Amino acid sequence: MVEVKQVLKRYGGKTVIDRVSLSVPRRKLTSLIGPNGAGKSTLLSMMSRLIPKDGGEIWIEGKEIARYRTEELAKKISILKQSNHIAARLTVHELVSFGRFPYSRGRLTRQDRDYVREAIRYMELEPLQDRYMDELSGGQRQRAYIAMVLAQDTDYIFLDEPLNNLDMKHAVQMMKVLRKLVDELGKTIVMVMHDINFASCYSDYMVALKDGAVVCEGDVSSIMSDEVLRGIYDLDVRVQTIENRRICVYF
Amino acid sequence: MSNRMKVVVLVVLALGLIVLFLFAHLRGDFDYVLRSRSEKIVAMVLVGWAGAVSTVLFQTMTNNRILTPSIIGLDSVYMLVQTAVVFLFGSTTLTMMGNTLHFLLSAGSMIGFSVLLYSFLFHREGQNLYFILLVGMILGTFFQSLTSFMQYLIDPNEFSIIQDRMFASINNIKTDLLWPAGLLIAAATLYTYRHLHELDVLSLGKDHAINLGVAYETVVKRLLMIVAVLVSVSTALVGPIMFFGLIVANVAYAFFQTYEHRYLLAGAALFGIIALVGGQLVVERVFTFSTTLSVIVNMVGGVYFLYLLLKERKAW
Repeated sequence: MVEVKQVLKRYGGKTVIDRVSLSVPRRKLTSLIGPNGAGKSTLLSMMSRLIPKDGGEIWIEGKEIARYRTEELAKKISILKQSNHIAARLTVHELVSFGRFPYSRGRLTRQDRDYVREAIRYMELEPLQDRYMDELSGGQRQRAYIAMVLAQDTDYIFLDEPLNNLDMKHAVQMMKVLRKLVDELGKTIVMVMHDINFASCYSDYMVALKDGAVVCEGDVSSIMSDEVLRGIYDLDVRVQTIENRRICVYF
Repeated sequence: MSNRMKVVVLVVLALGLIVLFLFAHLRGDFDYVLRSRSEKIVAMVLVGWAGAVSTVLFQTMTNNRILTPSIIGLDSVYMLVQTAVVFLFGSTTLTMMGNTLHFLLSAGSMIGFSVLLYSFLFHREGQNLYFILLVGMILGTFFQSLTSFMQYLIDPNEFSIIQDRMFASINNIKTDLLWPAGLLIAAATLYTYRHLHELDVLSLGKDHAINLGVAYETVVKRLLMIVAVLVSVSTALVGPIMFFGLIVANVAYAFFQTYEHRYLLAGAALFGIIALVGGQLVVERVFTFSTTLSVIVNMVGGVYFLYLLLKERKAW
């Protein structure tokens, strides 16, 4: 269970997250949506202790985030940011092996190797596993990062714009994989999404942020309506139902 | 060739150069010549080791392969102390000063400067590493200006004494300092050795490192201290060598093509020893002492640095 209580973040004098409270439903795919600068990424970064918070509490499985030893937390939550530039020259297999660091501190056991092999298989990276990361396309690279997160084997996975730089085909592939992680492996995923229609078609739960506060949250059908989306984005939008999916037309 | 094999080749090469340095042109009083040569060898091994290891650590922390630890301004502190002593007490005080006292003064002021800088900056939470580097760089420039100001005011004869200290030289090595310097470098190396795998993770960048459970702030703080100790000790021993660490670190990256620090660190350190011993052989046998090692190192290093800049620009 991840619970965010009255969390606050200021940069200089400006409040970017203003006493946000949120509880993340277990074994569900939750999307954080909202306009640029709403504080989605900041909130996600605080939930995964990448940046410190200025107030409030974040509880992860009955313990406040600041009271965890960081190596202990690395076995419960994993975070993947949107831009991942790595200076070191790594193969896919080496990158995915890093996912086991919280368990083995760099000395891989047989069991660790099994997890790595399984993660690579799950992301269909077997033919690419000995290639260097800088030789891969954007979509393949993104899959390799997700495989690393899989090898880390945490119950909670936080993703900051996992569809960034992916074309339609690879974006759909990525969302299907994330769906499988939730449905088959019982993971809890929270992700920042910009494409409202991808969020609508693949998530179970949606949380809308605006100006550093939660404006509304609920299941897809309750968020995907004309008035609610207009309120979030200040844009004249229409939501239509196409093949049982709620699609927002905003062009 | 496996990476392990490459390390073996480098070890053989380094040992070969050391033997050549010790026994080439052996004439006169064998005892005296061998002793003075082995003291030089020990100094070069220490300086080569410290310079290479500190640079690799620093570049891993900053995720940047064209930075060197000199940007936190330690060499400027060193030069400021040398100049201030001459300015305030005259050049005889500097030249007559006992080696141990001089070492304590130089290394102490550099380490003290780093402690002050880090404790002041890390006290304010959430400061990022680049901010600290920036402050170090600004203070370094400030010390440099202060140094040149004092150098303008002093007698030109006194200035020539300072000028001697501006370039690293193996020829006037302070032998009684080899033990304490060696111990400090060994302690820093031992600490590094125990955190090899964390260094591998750090090379993925800050966010990945935190995600994988590395206590980022603590680790970086300690590594910065290790870097400060290594740089201070080697500078106090022979004087500032600017480009040296940068070259050997990058040669090691290119030679090993890996992220694993056990190879990168060992490789860079061995390249460091090879470069210094080989360079000193060239200075002594080819140029017959008409130039110093640091001039050669800085020239080769400067050219290599330009090459790196051009290459990196193309990659972007």
